[in-house]
Amino acid sequence: MKQFRTMAYPYIVWIIAMIVVPMLMIVMYAFTTKGNEVTTFRFTFENFLQFFSDSIFIDVLKRSLFIAIVTTVICILLGYPTAYILAQMEGRKKMILVLLITIPMWINMLVRTYAWVGILQDEGVINSLLFSLFGIKIKMLHTSFAVILGMVYNFIPFMILQIHTSLAKMDKSLIEAASDLGANRLQCFLRVTLPLSLPGVISGITLVFLPAVSSFFIPKLLGGGQYVLIGNVIESQFLTSGSWNFGSAISLIMAVIIMISMYITKKVDKGDTERGRFN
Amino acid sequence: MNKKSGIFSKIYIFIIMAFFYIPIIYTIIFSFNSTRSLTHFKGFSLHWYEKMFNDHTMMQAIFYTIIIAVIATIISTIVGTITAIGLSKSNKIVKALVEQVNSLPIMNPEIVTAIGLLMLFSTLAIKKGFLTMLLAHIMFCIPYVILSIMPKLRSLDPNLSDAALDLGATPWQAITKVIVPQIMPGIVSGALIAFTMSFDDFVISYFVTGNGVNNISIMVYTMSKRINPSINAISTIIILIITVVLVIINVVPIIKTRKLKKEYE
Repeated sequence: MKQFRTMAYPYIVWIIAMIVVPMLMIVMYAFTTKGNEVTTFRFTFENFLQFFSDSIFIDVLKRSLFIAIVTTVICILLGYPTAYILAQMEGRKKMILVLLITIPMWINMLVRTYAWVGILQDEGVINSLLFSLFGIKIKMLHTSFAVILGMVYNFIPFMILQIHTSLAKMDKSLIEAASDLGANRLQCFLRVTLPLSLPGVISGITLVFLPAVSSFFIPKLLGGGQYVLIGNVIESQFLTSGSWNFGSAISLIMAVIIMISMYITKKVDKGDTERGRFN
Repeated sequence: MNKKSGIFSKIYIFIIMAFFYIPIIYTIIFSFNSTRSLTHFKGFSLHWYEKMFNDHTMMQAIFYTIIIAVIATIISTIVGTITAIGLSKSNKIVKALVEQVNSLPIMNPEIVTAIGLLMLFSTLAIKKGFLTMLLAHIMFCIPYVILSIMPKLRSLDPNLSDAALDLGATPWQAITKVIVPQIMPGIVSGALIAFTMSFDDFVISYFVTGNGVNNISIMVYTMSKRINPSINAISTIIILIITVVLVIINVVPIIKTRKLKKEYE
């Protein structure tokens, strides 16, 4: 039996080379500066100081967080009712709807995002419609609105499916019990369904917030060249200015922010369920 | 009360579905437009499809996308299966450690994985292009394969392979004739995920590629700076293929079970 163990060894070598080493390189470059030879590793905070002392980068960071949080909130607000309605359905109808939600996820993100460029343009479908009806035009492409719309469009299926899974797993008799014991529909929802579906919401948040905060092609396509989020800064550090040290430091900052927000979300979730248990 | 909320939820679902499908339908419609405009439909034509098939860079991008997806899927499925079987027999610490590192590419923002690989390939002086893109794709595909096989292995009776070995099977036979058939559903879904992950990838490919080796995503990204309805044409083809495949995958089992039911009756 033990001879099978060796089968995992090649992959262990592979992940050390392809996953562990690149991660270590990011950390190493983040704490060194250019000209500082890798062999004479000298620890420095210079890259981080450069980031936090420049108001331009702080603004980019704030904007990225703002966009990601708004996107996540909209995904919850629009996705929860969808998942809830879906969970009430049965049989073929439900299967078709789940399939309809899944299909866009399998289509290339770039392709789906590009479609919005034509729709949101100044001369696009929405504006032509608005113009013929009310005689007005609204600038939509190359605004925060377009970026948030693009992100919600790309990431909301994850939220819907996660919440749906946790709602579908729920024991339906719990609601019956609650209503038998005199709870009205709102109480049933707030005190039974919602707390039980929170794990789904939490994993949905993870799946939406993480790509939203690090995305760089959605702001580029829908926000225009001037619209810069933290992902775009990292991209330009690596592909335009070739500054690996600063770029690594920024991605480390981003990774830490993501970890902190995940930690907070998990903590909130835990607190809620614990309170729920004792009430 | 119930009826009212029923209508309300129907309208709500309809709006959400419209939100999902308007851009897709829009893409399909404008791929048949006779003019360059992305906003006014002037008349039906296959002009952009013709242009797409005659466009060397587009055809090359399609070629690279498919060839990389196929090779990456095959390699990552084989390596992932072998590793998963090996891990299921390894001791707890090794297993936990490998699983932890294995999930890093899935948990990390893609851009972080991408810059890590970019720095690795540049430091090792590997020429950016086909090889780097393929290596990167294999790297982010294997974790998904392992993740979809591990649960199947966990529910597998460990005595099965022992029994096979006791009855005189070589380890190779024990694996191919006993273990692999049992975990086949996991392998298939892992391969499927790997293929679509590779086929759709943009961020990692964009960072590690070079020398004119592009996939469809990179092509859409670089072409989108100017209006180019050929993008709609290729998008339409992708949309149609994926829709047909997904419908078949979902509908065939239903038809099969129905047939089985009929046979029993």
